[in-house]
Amino acid sequence: MVLTGAEIVIRCLQEEKVDYVFGYPGGAVLFIYDALFQQEKVRHVLVRHEQAAVHAADAYARSTESVGVALVTSGPGATNAVTGIATAFCDSIPMVIISGQVPTAAIGQDAFQEVDTVGITRPCVKHNFLVKDVKDIAATIKKAFFLAKTGRPGPVLVDIPKDVTAQSAEYSYPKTIDMRSYNPVVKGHQGQIKKALKLLLEAKRPMIYTGGGVILSNAADPLTRLVRKLGMPVTNTLMGLGGYPATDKQYLGMPGMHGTYEANMSMHFSDVLLAIGARFDDRVIGDPNHFAAEPRKIIHIDIDPSSISKRVKVDVPIVGDVKEVLEDLIRLLDESTQKQDTDSLATWWRQIDEWRSRDCMKYKNSDEIIKPQFVIEKLWEVTGGDAFVTSDVGQHQMWAAQYYKFDKPRRWLNSGGLGTMGVGMPYAMGAQLAHPEAQVACVTGEASIQMNIQELSTCKQFRLPIKICNLNNRYLGMVRQWQELFHGGRYSESYMDSLPDFAKLAESYGHIGIRVDRPADVEGALREAFSRKNDLVFLDFQIDQTENVYPMVQGGKGLTEMILSAEDL
Amino acid sequence: MRHVIALLIENESGALSRVSGLFSARGYNIESLTVAPTEDASLSRMTIVTTGSDDIIEQITKQLNKLVDVVKVVDISESAHIERELMLIKVRATGKDREEMKRMADIFRGRIIDATDSSYVIELTGAQSKLDSFIGAIDNALILETVRSGIVGIGRGDRILKL
Repeated sequence: MVLTGAEIVIRCLQEEKVDYVFGYPGGAVLFIYDALFQQEKVRHVLVRHEQAAVHAADAYARSTESVGVALVTSGPGATNAVTGIATAFCDSIPMVIISGQVPTAAIGQDAFQEVDTVGITRPCVKHNFLVKDVKDIAATIKKAFFLAKTGRPGPVLVDIPKDVTAQSAEYSYPKTIDMRSYNPVVKGHQGQIKKALKLLLEAKRPMIYTGGGVILSNAADPLTRLVRKLGMPVTNTLMGLGGYPATDKQYLGMPGMHGTYEANMSMHFSDVLLAIGARFDDRVIGDPNHFAAEPRKIIHIDIDPSSISKRVKVDVPIVGDVKEVLEDLIRLLDESTQKQDTDSLATWWRQIDEWRSRDCMKYKNSDEIIKPQFVIEKLWEVTGGDAFVTSDVGQHQMWAAQYYKFDKPRRWLNSGGLGTMGVGMPYAMGAQLAHPEAQVACVTGEASIQMNIQELSTCKQFRLPIKICNLNNRYLGMVRQWQELFHGGRYSESYMDSLPDFAKLAESYGHIGIRVDRPADVEGALREAFSRKNDLVFLDFQIDQTENVYPMVQGGKGLTEMILSAEDL
Repeated sequence: MRHVIALLIENESGALSRVSGLFSARGYNIESLTVAPTEDASLSRMTIVTTGSDDIIEQITKQLNKLVDVVKVVDISESAHIERELMLIKVRATGKDREEMKRMADIFRGRIIDATDSSYVIELTGAQSKLDSFIGAIDNALILETVRSGIVGIGRGDRILKL
């Protein structure tokens, strides 16, 4: 069947069972939008800024097991998309971004709305393509989806010149794909897995540390089974929250810069550390030399060989898909006759419980002024711990991660790697579209929310009843916290002056806005918001301006050098 | 430590910038980089000379392998191998220097491939050190221009980098 390039693009998306494309039209993609208009299977979500399109598609992928798809035009459409692409890249999110390009003959002529999109995005995509021949579109899109979701997932960009979308070619969608240069290892090395199991069973102070890889590989179930069988302590990183149920007694909370005392101490003083789909990044282990100074054996399961022994030396590397390897580990454990050192494990748990008894997450609540931690605790209660929670970046992000107990994977959506302010609302949009019946909360701050506030309009158009919990402290809170702690209290440019009345702003977009000033009103406001099943509700919580995020490991310090509360300063 | 990394990469536009971009983005050194198609026109072969600790070289090979277009990566300096570099050097060749230049080229098994009444272009092939020695052996004031290809390398004997 002969189709135009634009029609081929849309047919390919249909073949890939794409429900939603998030995008924004423009000159170079007019033929694609025309083809989109003439069919109904692939629905389009018109955002108000391309950055939000990519974030929303990213969240669609994070909250489901599918590949997120965004469509943008050439030039500024593509450059606006870059922040979204980089955000997805840093968190290994499977996405396909289709960008229009100026006509082939105009490439390199400094044409209107021309940028070298493939060049600009090269460092922040898993791979990208420029399609110069209409005959190559189908195979390229097939490859893009394959690359995005296999191996270590990531965003893949396909740049298509306008004339190529207008030309015609015989269409057939390839059934299979074979790339000689790309063969990610899925199955772990059995000898290595046996070695890992032996080490784990001999361990006196074992610790299991899991990251986003558990979520991406849909391995929460085997992880939970393995951890329970072994009876060992477990911690989930910011990207791994929900990988293991947070309300379980074996769960020690999040590790790292704003992790719990018990998680960090157990990471540091373990004698065998099992790292699963995690990458020992600077926000998790602090100073790598300080971390390496304490002797321990490290087992590292990861699909990306370059993540292994990158920041810390690993004793037992296992390259493979996390889920496959965990299933193998469980099978070998069930078959094993080796006795676990349970006496030592009991002693280790006593030590951990002692660390736990410091109750590092306690905070001083108030009847006068709203504490942000209290808002998150109430959010957890009101939503029954079962909401999709998105966040922006900063203090509110840490409070959400610390105080909302995630029991399920893919419920917590945030920009962990790149730390992109402005993701919160687009993430909530993507999650709500993917799960129309679910409760979706966007925990944000008055600074972050303004970075994509225009999306209130998209939410109205697509009737997305997300609940925005704005923890409004009139400061760039995390910046203010660092300035207080490390820059002598000189609050350089961190005060947010001239804020809008967010409740009225939400109302002007046709939503409901509620300003909350008193702690006593927090729960009622949340209940009111979530009872409105069809409305977007913007809750503007006026919170304590001086509240800081604790515990804290300062940048460059070791994991055990924690500030537990303001009294430690 | 100096390492010579050879790799096969899909002969597609942008392939070189993916590799060079990787080195600059992650702060790895490139001493030299050469690239040309192989007997299989769909594949290019690169030889990259780099320096770094064992950890860094391990990361470099892993990161190169991770590039979707890269088919195979080998650190050929890990065992017996041969390295060669080509240099074209234009020198002043007048008066008594003319005979002296010819003599030096012969000693280094170079060939004069262009001659005018005042200059020679000498072609010299060998290990990097040989080319360095030649430059060191002639009067620097007589050098008009040099161009070097960067190193190409190949494993000895049975060590073969092929699909």
